[in-house]
Amino acid sequence: MKVSITINGTTQSHDVEPRTLLVHYIREHAHLTGTNIGCDTSSCGACTVHLDGEAVKSCTILAAQADGGTVTTIEGLTKNGEMHPMQKAFMENHGLQCGYCTPGMVMAAIGLLNENPKPSEEEVRLGLEGNLCRCTGYHNIVKSVLAAANK
Amino acid sequence: MTTKTSTQRRGALGSSALRPDGIPKVQGRFAFSSDAWADSMLWGATLRSPHPHARIVSIDVSGALAINGVSAVITAKDVPGQLTYGLIASDQPVFASEMVRYAGEPVAAVAADHPETARRALDAIRVDYEVLPPLVDAEDAISGSFPAIHPDGNVIRRQRIIRGDQSFVGDVVVEGYYDVGMQDQAFLGLEAALALPDDAGGGVELFVATQWLHEDQKQIAACLDLPIEKVRLTLGGVGGAFGGREDISLQVHCCLLALTTGRPIKMQYGREESFFGHIHRHPARIFMRHHADWDGTLRRVEARVVLDGGAYASTSSAVLINAVTHMQGPYKCEMATVDGYAVRSNNPPCGAMRGFGVVQACFAHESQMDKLAAACGLDPVDIRLKNAMRTGDRLITGQVMDSVAPVERCIRETAAIPLPEPLPADPDPLLIPGGAGLTARRGNITRGIGWGVSIKNLMYSEGFDDYATARCRLANGVATLQFATAEVGQGFVVLAQQIARTVLGVDTVLLEPISTAIGSAGSTSASRQTWMSGGAVDGACRLVRERLFEHVAATHHVDPLRLVIDGTDVVDSMGTLRVTVTEASKDLTFDETFEHHHRATEELDENGQGNCHVAFAFVAHRAVVDVDTELGLVKVVQVATAQDVGRVLNPLAALGQVEGGIAQGLGLAVMEEIVLENGRMRNPSFTDYLLPTALDAPEVVVSMIEEPEPQAPLGAKGIGEPPCISVTPAIVAAIRQATGKELPRVPVRPHDIVFG
Repeated sequence: MKVSITINGTTQSHDVEPRTLLVHYIREHAHLTGTNIGCDTSSCGACTVHLDGEAVKSCTILAAQADGGTVTTIEGLTKNGEMHPMQKAFMENHGLQCGYCTPGMVMAAIGLLNENPKPSEEEVRLGLEGNLCRCTGYHNIVKSVLAAANK
Repeated sequence: MTTKTSTQRRGALGSSALRPDGIPKVQGRFAFSSDAWADSMLWGATLRSPHPHARIVSIDVSGALAINGVSAVITAKDVPGQLTYGLIASDQPVFASEMVRYAGEPVAAVAADHPETARRALDAIRVDYEVLPPLVDAEDAISGSFPAIHPDGNVIRRQRIIRGDQSFVGDVVVEGYYDVGMQDQAFLGLEAALALPDDAGGGVELFVATQWLHEDQKQIAACLDLPIEKVRLTLGGVGGAFGGREDISLQVHCCLLALTTGRPIKMQYGREESFFGHIHRHPARIFMRHHADWDGTLRRVEARVVLDGGAYASTSSAVLINAVTHMQGPYKCEMATVDGYAVRSNNPPCGAMRGFGVVQACFAHESQMDKLAAACGLDPVDIRLKNAMRTGDRLITGQVMDSVAPVERCIRETAAIPLPEPLPADPDPLLIPGGAGLTARRGNITRGIGWGVSIKNLMYSEGFDDYATARCRLANGVATLQFATAEVGQGFVVLAQQIARTVLGVDTVLLEPISTAIGSAGSTSASRQTWMSGGAVDGACRLVRERLFEHVAATHHVDPLRLVIDGTDVVDSMGTLRVTVTEASKDLTFDETFEHHHRATEELDENGQGNCHVAFAFVAHRAVVDVDTELGLVKVVQVATAQDVGRVLNPLAALGQVEGGIAQGLGLAVMEEIVLENGRMRNPSFTDYLLPTALDAPEVVVSMIEEPEPQAPLGAKGIGEPPCISVTPAIVAAIRQATGKELPRVPVRPHDIVFG
């Protein structure tokens, strides 16, 4: 089937099998590999992107469901060479080690601040509960999100 | 000399310099091995045994080969070289041929034009198995009651430690059995690689996420029957490792498919396959008996240690040595009787995971120290202070502790960290056991405090020369570093830049791709890369600096011995000459390579005596927990820790290592276990194997103990492993204090608390 999705400002049309997950569409059809796959069971959140402005795990959505929609991936955050404040905050606060969870964390964190611009530490932790990180113990991630919220 | 501010700005040692891979990682531009792509590539996939123990009667691949889009199906008979591989003993088949020894063992691999085609091809391979009863109880392997499941036998290694009076009985004797479940490394970045056949003639190039490129290269070349230089490896971006990428997983399969088809091959595991595709932390059963004087002075430890290595040896023999040689813990102890076994079974293979045998030992010895404290009427802190090891003490192996050993200081500084506020009468439900599940009633919540202290060896032991190589080039004020050190997330790339900035007075430090184009760096494991590869980068930069000084001295007619680096200048320390490094290296190239070796170690003798370890680091943990005693749920409220780090080289990166390690130790304490049933894994997914989330992570308060280690090239000890070792027994001790239960196994499950 044909799907047409606007990814990071560019509308693309591809022929895909109906069962294609959005994350596979992003990685293998749109060739944007910043969005990672970590679990296949919607547990880890590494594949989090924004669909029509809302943070979603792109392994839980079919590409067909995103047809006609607008997707922002991690690659779409940097505009005119200027990083999104959340990207800067993760970099400056060592909110990453291996970096595999980072794209999903950054997208989830931006989604969180869209809903709650000044979250408490506990609200950040609750908001990121669906995103796993195995390296950092989360502290520097929480600090990064709070730093971005205070910018 | 340079002020602290300018050190900070320049990103020299001691500053929280930002990692060079930080920008691509936050922008999604960092290429993980799973991102590798070649236009004409095929997809590889692996057929695995569903049985933990079976004889292969026949394999029929014709159905798979008949599928349109399938290019190759390979089995054991297609392996051109050595049929087995392994880190210490080469005992693990590339593909099972006659026998399968664990559920999940590779039997065949296919290459096809699409992942779905590859999956259908796997379904079309017919394997006829004669199912055999599995060996799943380690005691059956020791007793000899089960026939050998491998030509190398059912005991991988036995090692005793015999020291002092073997009949000594203390005034106070405490004992117990302790069990540790099988933990998974659960790195987030799944196994993935891209193999490219070499047009020039029979070679192969592999982009892969691994911990040790040169060891992979050696094992792959042997299996492919290729000279080592025909197998070239480049590190693909690594999404965490924690020991789980030290062994071969898909490397040989991927390369062999590429050579068979003449096409690039991409392989990547899903999460379920990842659980079958890499080794895990050894489950352990440990009996310990402590003998002490009336006043609590530890005199003798007895222990029987049994590690289940699973089907293949991997690093089991080294994990066993770590376990048995660390049974005394960070305490003085003059007599010991330790008997350790690493055995083979039809359970999934086990090998390296952060802490490497010491995690298991520490859970036992720290549980014992609390029992001893209770028996002697001392509190947990006093018994540990009373027995704290010092530099100059002798270990139960006879080795003299000549590392800096600030055990007492670790304990005292941890104790000085303020305790958290008591749980309020009406707490935030997110912050109590059960969290967002809103299951806990305030009246059922009890608080407990527990302690754990540990000792951990650094680098490889028992005579192994795990050297590291680095190359430094300086030209026009820009340094370029080359090394094969696997960056797995720990941040060696930023440390290397910090070293070069400090030694050479440069601002710009470029990094070559991490590959086998230079000599080995050894493995990114055993808390060794800051010391070993850090030492190699430091050595290479110092050689370049000598050459630079010789050049400046000759040009300006001064003694090179008077020259020093001050900020970004070369300065005559006894004169007026000052020239920038950029100017001094203009139109010149200084190029040096350095190998760092640690001091030699020895193998243990039959009584477990010998100087088998290079150096040690120490850490103390204090955990505060709230327990819902009705439902058996635990919230870890706070972990306080003081860690012996030698010297902090990058404060933020060091903190990240400590906080991350504590989360993994918490996982082992109360959440994480691969559940086995008759050799079969019951929970190979992240919905059933639970990892700590941001809400599970406790408050962590860290004190870094900086007493530079004279043996270490930068004064810094490795910091990766200690954080995850004694935090586990500390949390369990806190749960014991809150509940009064014995809790002799980890992870502690809700039913252990409610019914235990």
